[in-house]
Amino acid sequence: MPPVISTNQLTKRFGQFVAANELTFQVEKGEIFGFLGANGAGKTTAMRMLCGLSIPSSGKATVAGFDVYTQTEKIKQNIGYMSQKFSLYDDLTVAENIRFYAGIYGMSKQAIKAKTTELLQELQLEKEAKTLVKALPLGWKQKLAFSVAIVHNPDIVFLDEPTGGVDPVTRRQFWDLIYAASDKGVTVFVTTHYMDEAEYCNRVSIMVDGVIAALDSPANLKQQFNAANMEDVFYELARNAKRKAD
Amino acid sequence: MINLTNIKKSYNKGQIPAVSNINLSVDRGELFGLIGPDGAGKTTLFRILTTLLLPDEGSATVDGLDVVKDYARIRSRVGYMPGRFSLYQDLTIEENLNFFATVFGTTIKENYHLIEEIYQQIEPFKDRRAGKLSGGMKQKLALCCALIHKPTVLFLDEPTTGVDVVSRKEFWDMLQRLKQEGITILVSTPYMDEANRCDRIALIQKGSILSIDTPKGIVDAFPQNLYAVRSTKTHQLLRDVREYPDTDSCFAFGESLHVTFKGDPQPLIPYLNKKGQTDATMEKIAPGIEDCFIHLLNN
Amino acid sequence: MRQLITFIRKEFLHVLRDRKTLLMLFGLPIAQIVLFGFALSNEIKNSRIAVVDYSKDPTTTRLISKIAASDYFDIQRSLASADQLHTAFKKGDIKMAVIFPASFGDDLTHTGKATMQVIADASDPNQATTITNYLSQIVTDYNTELAKDAGQPMQINPETQMMYNPELRGAPNFVPGVMALVLMLVCTMMTSVAIVKEKELGTMEILLVSPFKPVYIIISKLAPNLLISVLNLFIILFLSWLFLDLPVKGSLVLLVTCSILFILTSLSIGLLLSINARTQQAAMMGSLMGMMLPTLLLTGFLFPIENMPLALQLLSNLVPSRWYFIIVKRVMLKGLGITAIWREMLILTGMCILLFTISLKKFKIRLQ
Repeated sequence: MPPVISTNQLTKRFGQFVAANELTFQVEKGEIFGFLGANGAGKTTAMRMLCGLSIPSSGKATVAGFDVYTQTEKIKQNIGYMSQKFSLYDDLTVAENIRFYAGIYGMSKQAIKAKTTELLQELQLEKEAKTLVKALPLGWKQKLAFSVAIVHNPDIVFLDEPTGGVDPVTRRQFWDLIYAASDKGVTVFVTTHYMDEAEYCNRVSIMVDGVIAALDSPANLKQQFNAANMEDVFYELARNAKRKAD
Repeated sequence: MINLTNIKKSYNKGQIPAVSNINLSVDRGELFGLIGPDGAGKTTLFRILTTLLLPDEGSATVDGLDVVKDYARIRSRVGYMPGRFSLYQDLTIEENLNFFATVFGTTIKENYHLIEEIYQQIEPFKDRRAGKLSGGMKQKLALCCALIHKPTVLFLDEPTTGVDVVSRKEFWDMLQRLKQEGITILVSTPYMDEANRCDRIALIQKGSILSIDTPKGIVDAFPQNLYAVRSTKTHQLLRDVREYPDTDSCFAFGESLHVTFKGDPQPLIPYLNKKGQTDATMEKIAPGIEDCFIHLLNN
Repeated sequence: MRQLITFIRKEFLHVLRDRKTLLMLFGLPIAQIVLFGFALSNEIKNSRIAVVDYSKDPTTTRLISKIAASDYFDIQRSLASADQLHTAFKKGDIKMAVIFPASFGDDLTHTGKATMQVIADASDPNQATTITNYLSQIVTDYNTELAKDAGQPMQINPETQMMYNPELRGAPNFVPGVMALVLMLVCTMMTSVAIVKEKELGTMEILLVSPFKPVYIIISKLAPNLLISVLNLFIILFLSWLFLDLPVKGSLVLLVTCSILFILTSLSIGLLLSINARTQQAAMMGSLMGMMLPTLLLTGFLFPIENMPLALQLLSNLVPSRWYFIIVKRVMLKGLGITAIWREMLILTGMCILLFTISLKKFKIRLQ
């Protein structure tokens, strides 16, 4: 099976500034891929290119089999995206949010109805279907935002620091959702500042100063850097980063 | 130095409770951590202590001064870094710092020794506008701004949220050094791993305090034996261990699972082997703050 | 004091670095004046007029043919009697009527003086002013011509009468209106947005938790907006002199003083708006909806206040721009002095002090 994401020397320049320099990596189907990096290392730039939001300066990349230069529209149909500032509408109800996002991906009325029921059940939000999103606790919002991001069964879902600010139990419940999606074959591409979460990933890449400084499974990385946990690995790699400003 | 007695606060005329029955005291020169997720009530406590909010019930003092009556005197001697504080984006580093120094009636020169170590790291960019700085640099600048008038108490509301590991580590090192200057520091964070850097911590959730102690005290109070269970198929393992009848709690922690048992833990490994987890291992481990927090949440 | 200066300097930096807003602030009045200037300078041609000639002598015939020869006028018909005028005006057939009384010819030959009547439909005040001016011009030329022929001064006086809108609300009224509107908008919007921005950034929390006095925060927020508004004022005055041929007839010092009074009142309103607004958007909407509508409707420059229902008339007394509008009209257009406007000045001063005190009182020293 071909990799879901495949990049070859993918580069993005802003004038003289090389935000992302010759990134080369593959992500397999169903993999949970941790995409770490210091502030300003180029994570956001790289992620934008893969989502079809920003055209690379040079290099090659395909996402879900589509080219990031020419087939950005196709890419957008086949990926899901969730960021820290959720894309949910606060003033719409839970069900209305699901309906809206299913709608923009062109699902039929019946499919939307079935999907809404299914999601509400999965998230145990049946009672809150008619609750406005703004009234939900943060943790529930995160879970809902994730489910909405994969409502159209994308090949791959990009999660940009999805778990900020919630308690440890809720954070783990969120990861249960990620695992479940991965078991269904959805590739998960996730950035996080929680280093223990990095260890939940199948493989982790760490960006420093625009390049990928390390890429391997958490266990191998810890062994390679002779570190007790991912935090030490990260610190070892990123502490000498030159680029401090975004 | 800081004292909260039976503090209660709610918003929207009592509709939304924020914190209730909070009792807490912080000693002079202590580095005290408020640990809890968003919405736990950390910011409300900070705002009451910095005289920005009036408590509904209870009383609070900072440096011996009442937060309601003596608010003006408190304001001149505390340093405060609000959670969403983002400086003036359109002013440069130097302009921001200068501005805050003047607002607090001092100059950069006067207390330069206090911020020197931090400021030197961002000084090369002093003509850059704050909006163009990385998270870590903004955070350092914000700390400089909060310190510039040599406060006796420093209130830092989630200073490390959204900042990368390296910057966080550096930030906590800075706080240790400030502590040595004799400044009392109250800091909040949602990152459990930062708790160990504090002298004492309060674990807080949904507006009430779960526990106050030294990090060691909190860990020692963990009532059960904790085991780390590992195998190569972590996600499957999570489901298998949860199905094991004697499992009390089971949570993923990095590459392993942290498990407590209602009964005998020993038969777990054979049980897992039968389920196909042939490489499963188990060892007894010391709990961390996060284990304790989860435990307190579940009870 | 040093603190205050630093603060004010910071406010100026904010303003100067926000190029887009700055452009809008100065672009708005310029665009309004220039646009209106072009609209005004458009010549009006072929206005339909009616002539009623009771005198029917060579002088009137010559004058009528002169008027008819001009590009500006198109004599629709000659009416036998003035009684038909109203119907013609009402139907919109004519914009102006010229009436020569029966004694016109005699008066002119015997006394060298005669009066003709000019009646214009002033429901469109711009047009009415323009065409009566054109007509006066023709009559003046004719006077000179007659004098040369007769060897003695001859004088035909057009006696102009504006119908339907005798005070000619419109043309010159536009400038005082723009002044009131622009100053009001700039002041309230900029002030409320500037304060709410600090709330959004979280910097307001720091400022409150500092020994810095709240009144200083207010003063520093007002300072740059006051300056910008005064600059705007001068730009408007300069442009209206340049394009619209509307110089300040009265005392410039008096006008500027009154304007500053009005600016301060508007700034206080902005301050008041900012106290309850949580987001910059809310502050902006509040200023636009809350201030622009009453300013447009109840100031009197678009719709005459006298024609409004009593409730609205009373309400208009609460709108500061209403009083400012009167002041500008009197000082700038009519050249009147302080004796003509002291009442309005007093009202504005009272409003200003009241609003500023309220906002100072309500300015929260705590959050919530």
